[in-house]
Amino acid sequence: MARTSSLDYFDTESLLSEEERAVRDTIGEWVDEKFLPVIGECYIEGRFPKELIPQLADLGAFGANMPEKYGCADLNSVAYGLIMQELERGDSGVRSFVSVQSALVMYPILEFGSEEQRQHWLPKLARAEAIGCFGLTEPDYGSDPGGLITRAVKDGDEWVINGTKMWITNGSLADVAIIWAKTGDLDDPGSIRGFIVETDRDGFVAKDQKGKLSLLAADTSELALQDVRVPDDHLLPNSSGLRSALMCLNQARYGIAWGAVGAAMACYQEALSYAQNRVQFERPIAGYQIQQIRLVEMLTEITKGQLLALQLGRLKDRGELHHGQVSMAKRNNVNMACEVAREARRLLGANGILVEYQSMRHMANLESVYTYEGTHDIHGLIIGEDITGISAIS
Amino acid sequence: MNIIVCVKRVPDSEIRVAIADDGKTLDSQGIKYVLNPYDEFAVEEALKLRETAGEGDVTVMTLGSDDAKETLRTTLAMGADQAVLLKGEPSVDGLGTAEKLAEAIRDRECDLVLFGKQAIDDDNLQVPAMVAELLGLPCATVVVELEVSDGKLEAKREIEGAHELVRFELPGVVAAQKGLNEPRYASLKGIMQAKKKPLEEVDVGTVESRLEVLELKKPEERSGGVIVGEGPDAVPTLLQKLREEAKVL
Ligand SMILES: Cc1cc2nc3c(=O)[nH]c(=O)nc-3n(C[C@H](O)[C@H](O)[C@H](O)COP(=O)(O)OP(=O)(O)OC[C@H]3O[C@@H](n4cnc5c(N)ncnc54)[C@H](O)[C@@H]3O)c2cc1C
Repeated sequence: MARTSSLDYFDTESLLSEEERAVRDTIGEWVDEKFLPVIGECYIEGRFPKELIPQLADLGAFGANMPEKYGCADLNSVAYGLIMQELERGDSGVRSFVSVQSALVMYPILEFGSEEQRQHWLPKLARAEAIGCFGLTEPDYGSDPGGLITRAVKDGDEWVINGTKMWITNGSLADVAIIWAKTGDLDDPGSIRGFIVETDRDGFVAKDQKGKLSLLAADTSELALQDVRVPDDHLLPNSSGLRSALMCLNQARYGIAWGAVGAAMACYQEALSYAQNRVQFERPIAGYQIQQIRLVEMLTEITKGQLLALQLGRLKDRGELHHGQVSMAKRNNVNMACEVAREARRLLGANGILVEYQSMRHMANLESVYTYEGTHDIHGLIIGEDITGISAIS
Repeated sequence: MNIIVCVKRVPDSEIRVAIADDGKTLDSQGIKYVLNPYDEFAVEEALKLRETAGEGDVTVMTLGSDDAKETLRTTLAMGADQAVLLKGEPSVDGLGTAEKLAEAIRDRECDLVLFGKQAIDDDNLQVPAMVAELLGLPCATVVVELEVSDGKLEAKREIEGAHELVRFELPGVVAAQKGLNEPRYASLKGIMQAKKKPLEEVDVGTVESRLEVLELKKPEERSGGVIVGEGPDAVPTLLQKLREEAKVL
């Protein structure tokens, strides 16, 4: 089926391989045909369309960049990024869902897990027979996760975990949580380890975060762990210190840099077509200088964001990616998308506040994306440290 | 059950096309090409028949240039087993195309040949029936339901104001109409496997064309409409105008 025409002012199309384009178009078609028709209603109802999860699994969207032997498609990073772009063209919520499952749950198991853990969990997670979440943030430790106070204490051949996690995407839907806890002294971020915790274990309670004005079609929850016991083989054996958790975040941020471009594309396309059709003072508003410049600014920033994401992906595929580059792309592209969404909403006038149009939904969502996975400010400080050699934080 | 599906690469219907300077062809600049939408139904049906039978082979075939390989790989990604590219320029003359397809199909063992009922670029609706004729096979066009058992095929066809049920013994030719099924998405794994599946290239020489395109013209721009009023009160005027001015009733 034909897909909404893509937005490509600088012929980035020609920089993609045939497979990369095919991957993008497949996910794009799915978003157009199955996701966009239902998202408005879900957003108003405040629920994630979980009935679509099996379709995403059939497409192979979970862990799409992971090895075939775990039931995944083994795509390169650019193709993976294009999946994120297309999903977030739909809604940041569905992109977050897939990001968490892939980059924050499957990735740590692949990277820090034992072979038994991989064999057990990865195929299940790829088929979405298990849904995962990632618990790092706590009520008192957001930008500074190294301070976290969730503890895991060894008791015989079990670990006993106590603590509270906040703002956990997929928290209430999840069958399994990757929980980051300190195994040693609370002052020692080096003692942070990752644990695979099934959410039906005694003492594990997930509570939906109420009152959100952003990402309404996504599950964000608080997790309370009280004396939750897991066998020793639930520890991710190769996780060591905060660094491991940050490596996961780097994977997810990579996807966000692409996803934000998708959200911005949706808003620009909506704004352009609205401007061409809405007539005021006997002329389409696209015929006025102010609206033309508004559209040009949007398109220019999106084009820069596309090229940034693409080069980020090529570097990642060459194994030359530096974390400062991921920070820059996440920071730039999400901020860009926030601006584009806001301008699009304004261009749409009163219609711009309705859920029938997409821009305000994206605008509200992107405020979360701006904050999570390292806030805009924090990514600035990461790059700042990289170029000056001086940490503004520690 | 071995099935051959004939497909065509066509311009994406969502893209606005321009006419080239020669006034007879499309300007290929900026055109995005896709698998002909009706052929998607044919591919899907072939895959379903193979899955139900639990055995057999789905071969996808196209007459086209090297670019058409991308279209073939789309069908391989959906699940077809192998593809054949008949290298040549598809003719606007359906018979030229049909001759090449029939020749290639004749050499292969197959129980069923599937087509989309028409290609959305030329809209000729010729090739399936012509291939059937050239091969001396029965043919059911505009098919919305299909069942195969014991070497017999039953097809429900859409005809004006009714459905027609036909039956023939395999082998035969079927042309798919929208509604036959819901085509699957290629899976991401399928996309990656597609490039490892066999894609045979056959040189078929010049495709004969007994038909010449003289000119390609865009329909005239529509002029602005008329608002005849609002609510139920406007209905009589609307009906009158539709009857007397637009003459569509
Ligand atoms: C919808 C949503 C989903 C989320 N999903 C997950 C998840 O699945 N798993 C998970 O573990 N976490 C998740 N998070 C948590 C997210 O990562 C944190 O919210 C984020 O790291 C920021 O932490 P905070 O909210 O506590 O803000 P704070 O850290 O309290 O920051 C408040 C403000 O202070 C600024 N600030 C902080 N430190 C400095 C400094 N040193 N210098 C200058 N400015 C500073 C920040 O930039 C920000 O503007 C999610 C959050 C949201 C909103």
